[in-house]
Amino acid sequence: MQSVNQYFLNIYIAIKSVLIGMSITFRHLFTKSVTVQYPRERLPIPGTSRNLLLNKIEDCIGCDQCVRVCPVNCITMDTIKVFPEDDLGLASDGSKKRLWLPRFDIDMAKCCYCGLCTYPCPTECLIMTDEYEYATYERNDLVFKFTDLDPIQIAELKEKDHIRSMEKEKKKLETAKQAAAKPGKNGGKSGEGT
Amino acid sequence: MIQAEYYNIFVKIIDQLAVLDFLPPVWKFILASVIAALVFFHVIAIFALVAIWVERKVAGHIQDRLGPMETGWHGVLQTLADAIKLLIKEDIIAGGIDRRLFVLAPVIVFMTALAVFVVFPVGENFIVSDLNIGILYIVAISTLVVPGIIMAGWSSNNKWSLFGAMRSAAQIVSYEVPVGLAIVCAVMAAGSLSMQTIVESQAGGFWNWFIFSKFPFGFIAFFIYFVASLAEINRTPFDLPEAESEIVAGYMTEYSGMRWSFFFLAEYGNMLAVGAIATTLFLGGWQTPISLLSFIPGPVWFTAKTMFLVFVHIWLRWTLPRLRVDQLMYMCWKVLTPFAFVSIFGIGLWMTF
Amino acid sequence: MPEIKTDDVYIELGKHPKAGFATDDMILQMGPQHPSTHGVLRIECVTDGEIIKKATCHIGYLHRCFEKHAENVMWQGVIPFTDRMDYLASMGQNFSYVITVEKLMGIEVPERAEYMRVITAELQRIASHLMAYGTYGMDIGAFTPFLWAFREREYVLDLFEKLCGARLLYNYMWIGGVSHDVYDGFAEECMSFLDTFERVVFEEFNPILTYNKIFIERTANVGILSPELAIDYGITGPCLRGSGVDWDLRRDDPYSIYDRFDFEVITGKGEMGTVGDCWDRFMVRVLEMIESVKIIRQALQQMPEGPIMNEKIKKVIRVPAGRVYGRTEAPRGELGYYLISDGKGRGPNRLKARSPCFSNLSVLEEISRGCMLADLIAIIGSLDIVLGCVDR
Repeated sequence: MQSVNQYFLNIYIAIKSVLIGMSITFRHLFTKSVTVQYPRERLPIPGTSRNLLLNKIEDCIGCDQCVRVCPVNCITMDTIKVFPEDDLGLASDGSKKRLWLPRFDIDMAKCCYCGLCTYPCPTECLIMTDEYEYATYERNDLVFKFTDLDPIQIAELKEKDHIRSMEKEKKKLETAKQAAAKPGKNGGKSGEGT
Repeated sequence: MIQAEYYNIFVKIIDQLAVLDFLPPVWKFILASVIAALVFFHVIAIFALVAIWVERKVAGHIQDRLGPMETGWHGVLQTLADAIKLLIKEDIIAGGIDRRLFVLAPVIVFMTALAVFVVFPVGENFIVSDLNIGILYIVAISTLVVPGIIMAGWSSNNKWSLFGAMRSAAQIVSYEVPVGLAIVCAVMAAGSLSMQTIVESQAGGFWNWFIFSKFPFGFIAFFIYFVASLAEINRTPFDLPEAESEIVAGYMTEYSGMRWSFFFLAEYGNMLAVGAIATTLFLGGWQTPISLLSFIPGPVWFTAKTMFLVFVHIWLRWTLPRLRVDQLMYMCWKVLTPFAFVSIFGIGLWMTF
Repeated sequence: MPEIKTDDVYIELGKHPKAGFATDDMILQMGPQHPSTHGVLRIECVTDGEIIKKATCHIGYLHRCFEKHAENVMWQGVIPFTDRMDYLASMGQNFSYVITVEKLMGIEVPERAEYMRVITAELQRIASHLMAYGTYGMDIGAFTPFLWAFREREYVLDLFEKLCGARLLYNYMWIGGVSHDVYDGFAEECMSFLDTFERVVFEEFNPILTYNKIFIERTANVGILSPELAIDYGITGPCLRGSGVDWDLRRDDPYSIYDRFDFEVITGKGEMGTVGDCWDRFMVRVLEMIESVKIIRQALQQMPEGPIMNEKIKKVIRVPAGRVYGRTEAPRGELGYYLISDGKGRGPNRLKARSPCFSNLSVLEEISRGCMLADLIAIIGSLDIVLGCVDR
């Protein structure tokens, strides 16, 4: 007898729960939808949002902290020490710029948007903007180049740097020779590299 | 077999066209049939275009979304765009499949969906062929979909397809029983197998429709027919043959482009068909609910009632989860079939006394 | 090539058609591209028709060398990688990692930061369980609850976006504190979300899916995981509690400031079938969301003013030599990190993550034996795995 009751109870519960479900979905037919039709309507982007990286190169002192902390190595930075005759001026927070930056590339295809690079930046020149629409057809176009030097300048600087390092090397060789002439002091500081 | 040609509106029109007088009557009949077939093909195609759009909109609004919005006003042309895309898509036939069966399967499935439309009494004089065994014809033809689906599943040489085909075959064959028994209820009440006669016997207000006039047996029969027909056309909650989360896409897994869209068209054609059958058998067909509204022509009523049932199909689909195979069979054999017998017995007593 | 006759093959297999009806098990490769394996899991099913005889998991399709990566980045650089382990519950992963490192460093975290951590971790638990709720509905065949759950989850993600700038991979908890302080109006927005959320769970989520008869039929008495088996396999989190084992690290091994809050540990009671079936595991998640709401409410009321970062933390973090294991109750279970530091390196020498999903998935073979194909889907869904967490 119990199983007979159970049989009818099951049918009753099934029909009831289906009707409850249908009434809920029917009510939802007339509630306001939550869709945002993206290209035409946009949600406001909060100020904290982490999207496209931007480096204000005139403030960058080339301290390399962002490069070191980046977990995915998406920032590539080349630096050339300033020559005695150059004066690069000050960054906006007053620290002196001691390095030429012939290359400051950020590969946004690699970037994981963690924001770790912006935190240690001493002059706060590397920031994450709220720009998020930068799809490209070429993967190379996702490498954002921030240097303010033109190629000729860069070539000149590299040439100068090369000459300087050659001179340095020469000097080092000479000192090494002199050191070799004196017995006891062999090698000295070697392997600093260029 | 063709008993009352006067009901065939297409034959009537062809008869009245003086231009075609030179044709012998047989040719006229064939011409009328071809025109009828073309008309119903387009009815299904256009209905599918509209119904898919409606389904997507209803689904969207139920889920607090908007659905298609981009092509045309609120996305009305979206289905058309999709259809064109499907038509110009590459026709992929994978290697290692039984090519002949693979090509034939969607044709058979769609053909059966189209063939049942012949006997629907859309209006008082609007029926392609008023067979005296109309309802038996429907039951017979709609079962032919099983070989089509099994062919699709077997020829794809894909385990998911095979699973889908086996499930579908088992499901459709089983649910033929409650469907047949529910139909018998209406046939007993009307005393005829002809669709037009069944509709005519429900004339005179909605209280004469079988769903209400033989209460509660008519209602039970209608309910059983509705639930079982959902299973016959593989709609949620009985969409096991194409259960996306279980067996990928069932027997349609290997199909793409135009062939796939034939299956899709057949699904919506079937939705329209079972809606029309339920309307004819239990909701009074083209009859007006109250005589006050009789100025509205029959075909409008027929379409409205059918569309309402189609809407309920869509509504259910976006509400319910899916049953498991054994529960599906439990429901068929242990719930629907006994209740169908009860309602047959009840209507039998009703008609006797 | 010699011609192989079909008959020969049959004779070789001892199953000549003339000797009787030849039947064999069917091997079904479910995944890695399958709609409901929750990512890239491959399950090799030996099936007899619809019945699963054996289901073997093959993992590793999403292996990204997280543990090896961690050896090559700085201490704080590991945090973005932990985000990507369990991408549906990033806050919980952050939390576990930072408290492990802090344990080794022996530093205190400011009060306010602790509260922020608890609030975000519990919001993340809600978001993660909402995802579990929605995808489970979809596994069973109901599509609508999935999008409703997403709708609610979006509100949580909006809160997170305003808070820390990211919607999915937050990198919010840092060693020694949190990265951003709350913005104005966070508490009000959070409270209003919690109020609507509670109503939505009881008025929409439960009637449409949890108590739907079809859903109950599909999940009750399916995939029964007995308490003994669960403990043997090292199951943690809602799956363990679904089996009726009253164990929650937040209460039993309190970390951070969880001992200050009043909440219940939900366990499965076998309401619709047997204790430890899919429905119990599912229901534990639904009720846990309500418990999280309680915790967040208390935390928002108690939250003190103050700094959000420990002052002693430098830009380059130095961690003393040692070994440590830290664990938290992530949304999917006990998440632990084992760390070795030699005191010199910029980052960990060795890092091992004990991910809950991996242990939870390992029981699949045991509990899916003899069930139907559709039940297998239900069981995978109820274990609520994230393949990023399984494969790491």
